[in-house]
Amino acid sequence: MSEKITGAESLVRSLESVGVTDVFGIPGGAILPLYDPLFDSSIRHILVRHEQGAGHAAEGYAAASGRVGVCMATSGPGATNLVTPIADANMDSVPMVAITGQVPSGAIGTDAFQEADIRGITMPITKHNFLVTNPDDIPRAITEAFHLASSGRPGPVLVDVSKDALQAETEFSWPVQMDLPGYHPVTKPHSKQVREAARMILGARQPVLYVGGGVIRAGASAALRRLAEVTGIPVVTTLMARGAFPDSHPQHLGMPGMHGTVAAVGALQKSDLLITLGARFDDRVTGKLSTFAPDAAVIHADIDPAEIGKNRTADVPIVGDLAEILPELVAAIEAEQADGTVGDYEGWWALLNRMRETYPLGYETYDDGTLSPQYVIQRLGLISGPESIYTAGVGQHQMWAAQFIGYEHPNTWLNSGGLGTMGYAVPAAMGAKVAMPDKTVWAIDGDGCFQMTNQELATCTINDIPIKVALINNGNLGMVRQWQTLFYNERYSNTNLESFRVPDFVKLAEAYGAYGLRCESPEQVDAVIEKAMSIDDAPVVIDFVVHKDAMVWPMVAAGTSNDDIMVAREMAPDWSGEDD
Amino acid sequence: MSRHTLSVLVEDKPGVLARVASLFSRRGFNIESLAVGPTELPEISRMTIVVNVEGLPLEQVTKQLNKLINVLKIVELDPEASVQREIMLVKVRSDLETRSHILETAQLFRAKVVDVSQEAVTIEATGKADKLQALLKVLEPFGIKELVKSGMVAVGRGPRSISDRALRSIDRPA
Repeated sequence: MSEKITGAESLVRSLESVGVTDVFGIPGGAILPLYDPLFDSSIRHILVRHEQGAGHAAEGYAAASGRVGVCMATSGPGATNLVTPIADANMDSVPMVAITGQVPSGAIGTDAFQEADIRGITMPITKHNFLVTNPDDIPRAITEAFHLASSGRPGPVLVDVSKDALQAETEFSWPVQMDLPGYHPVTKPHSKQVREAARMILGARQPVLYVGGGVIRAGASAALRRLAEVTGIPVVTTLMARGAFPDSHPQHLGMPGMHGTVAAVGALQKSDLLITLGARFDDRVTGKLSTFAPDAAVIHADIDPAEIGKNRTADVPIVGDLAEILPELVAAIEAEQADGTVGDYEGWWALLNRMRETYPLGYETYDDGTLSPQYVIQRLGLISGPESIYTAGVGQHQMWAAQFIGYEHPNTWLNSGGLGTMGYAVPAAMGAKVAMPDKTVWAIDGDGCFQMTNQELATCTINDIPIKVALINNGNLGMVRQWQTLFYNERYSNTNLESFRVPDFVKLAEAYGAYGLRCESPEQVDAVIEKAMSIDDAPVVIDFVVHKDAMVWPMVAAGTSNDDIMVAREMAPDWSGEDD
Repeated sequence: MSRHTLSVLVEDKPGVLARVASLFSRRGFNIESLAVGPTELPEISRMTIVVNVEGLPLEQVTKQLNKLINVLKIVELDPEASVQREIMLVKVRSDLETRSHILETAQLFRAKVVDVSQEAVTIEATGKADKLQALLKVLEPFGIKELVKSGMVAVGRGPRSISDRALRSIDRPA
C-alpha cells in the first residue's frame, strides 16, 4: 500500500509507525515543513526552551523507560545545541534518535543561513547518522535509525533531513526493508566461553561481580540477582549501574570508583576474579589502570566487542546480550554445582565484611546549624523512597545522590556518567516524568548545574510535567572547589558562584510558575520534602542552602591508584593485615 | 614499529571515507597510507589501509572499524600471502648529460618514462614500498622536482575473494 504525501508527512507517519508517542524539540526554518503535519499527529510534541533540554529530556525519557527517546531541532544552531546531549547519550549508551532539519539540498555546502554540517559534526558522537535529501528515503532512514539506536549497544542516531526533502512529494509505504549489511550485533554468547566462565567463577576464591550500566540497558537486573544469589558472590555497581542490584541486598558492597565505598573499591583491588558485566573499565572506576585489581583474572561480558580488551585484557571474553548471557551463565554454574563443584568464598566475605563495617559511608555535620548536603539527600531518598526516579547533574551532589540514596530498581537513577554533563538533571527529569507520569521524579541538582538548564522549568509548568527539584545549593562549583581545596592549595579560582545571593532560587521557581521552597536547617528538611511530595499540580524547587565546604568521601584522587583511596582528608583506610 | 595492511570493504555511501578517517584520528591510530576505490561489486568500495600500531593491539583498531555501520568486512593481509603495490610518479631534474643515466635507472627498476622535457623526466614506477624507496634513493642525486605516490593497494594470493561473503550479506534481507 502506498500513497502520495509530502516528505514531512512521510516523516511523521514513519515516527508514528515506529511507535513514537512523545518528542521534545523546537521548530525553526529548515524543519518547519515537518512541524505542520506534526500539528495533526497523535505524537505529543513538547516544546522546550533550549535544544539541549530537548536532547537531555529524550535521554531521560529513554533511560527511565527503556524506550527510544526522540528530540528534534532545526538546522544550524538548533542542531549544534543538540551536540552535548548526543555526545552524552553516546557515552552512556542511551537509545536516542535526533531529527534535525537541514537547509535545502541545493544550498548544502554554500554556507547558507543556519547551515551546519551536523552529520559531519556528530559523526564521532553518534552510533550512526544519516543525511536524507531524497524524500523516498525517509521511511527507511527512520526505520534504520530506531533499529540502530535500540539494538546492540544502544546509542544516539541522528537523522538530518533537508528542507526540500520535507517539502517534496513522495510515496509512503510501510513497513520498509532495512538495508544495513554491515550491522550484525551479536546477542547470543558463545557457550564454550560461558562454561569456561562458570568454571572460573566456582574456582575463584575472591571473585567480585563488577556490574556496569550495560546490565540496566539490557534489562538484565533480575538475571543478575539470580546469578549473585546462586553463587553468593559480592556485587559492586558502578555509577551507571546504581539500581541494577538492590542496595538493600546483603551481597551489595556499593559503588566502586573515585568516590566509591572502601568495601567496593577494596573488593576490586583484592579480587582474584572480576566478573565484569556491561562495564568498561572506565578511568573513574579503575584509578591508575596499571595498579587496578592487580591479582584478578577477568571475565568480561559485553555486547560491544570493542570494549573487551580496550582498557584491560580479558581472560574470558563473552560477547553478547547480558539478557541472554546471564541466564546461560546461571545454568552453567548450576550444572557445575550439581556436579559437586561449589565456590568457597567464606574467607573473602570475612575480609569484605570487615571493610564494610570499619569504613561505612559517612559525612560531617556542622555545629553551627548549617545543613549537611549528604543529610538532605539521604532524607530525600528515605522519604521519597525507592519507587521514585532520581536524576542528578554532575559534581558533588551527583556523587552524594549515588552514595546516599538506596536504589532498589533499575532505571530509577539517571545521570550523566561518561560525559559528565552539568545541566543534565532538570531536562532529564522532565523526560523521565513524561515517560513515567505516575512516578515521582526528583532532579537532584547543584546550583551550578541548575543554572545551565533551569529554563526547562517553564516547559514543565506549561506542559503539566510536575517534576521536583532538590537544589543542593552550596553557592559554589562544589566539586571543582573540592579539588582546589585538596590539590590547589585552597586557591578558589572562579568557583564561587555567589548563588546564595544571586539568583533567588525561590523567586526564580515562582517566576517559572513552579513552587519555590527554601530550607536552611536540618530541622526543616523532612517537613520541606514532605511539602514538596504533597504538591502535584506544578513543578517544585527546594533551595537547600547547604554548607559550602562539605566534601565527597571516600576519594581516589585522579590518576592515582585505587590502593591510595582516602576515606577522609589525609586519612587512608588500614588494609594492612587484611590479606588472608 | 608494527605495520599492518588492512583491506576494508565498505558500503559505497557518502561520508564513508570521512567516518573511517575520523575514527582513526579520534582513537589515536596512525594511518601510514589509505587508498580507496571501487570493487567488482558496484555497491561496495574497498579501502586498503596501512596502519602503524604501536603500543596498542591491532584488534582494537579492527573492532572499532567494525562498529562503523557502513563497514562490511575487514581482512588483514599478510605481506607473505598477498600482492602489495604502490604507484609512484616522480619528476626528476635532467639535462643532456644526466638523461641517459636516469633512463637506465628507470629500466633497472622496470619503471616507465611517461614524460620527457628539456629539464625533466617523469618516471612511473609500481611495486612494493621498499622497491619504490630504493628507486627514489638512486634518483635523488639527480634532483627530485616533484613526487606523488598512491597509497598501497593489496590483494590476497590464490583463488579466493574477500568480497564473496560481503556480497552475500548485501543480498540478505535485513
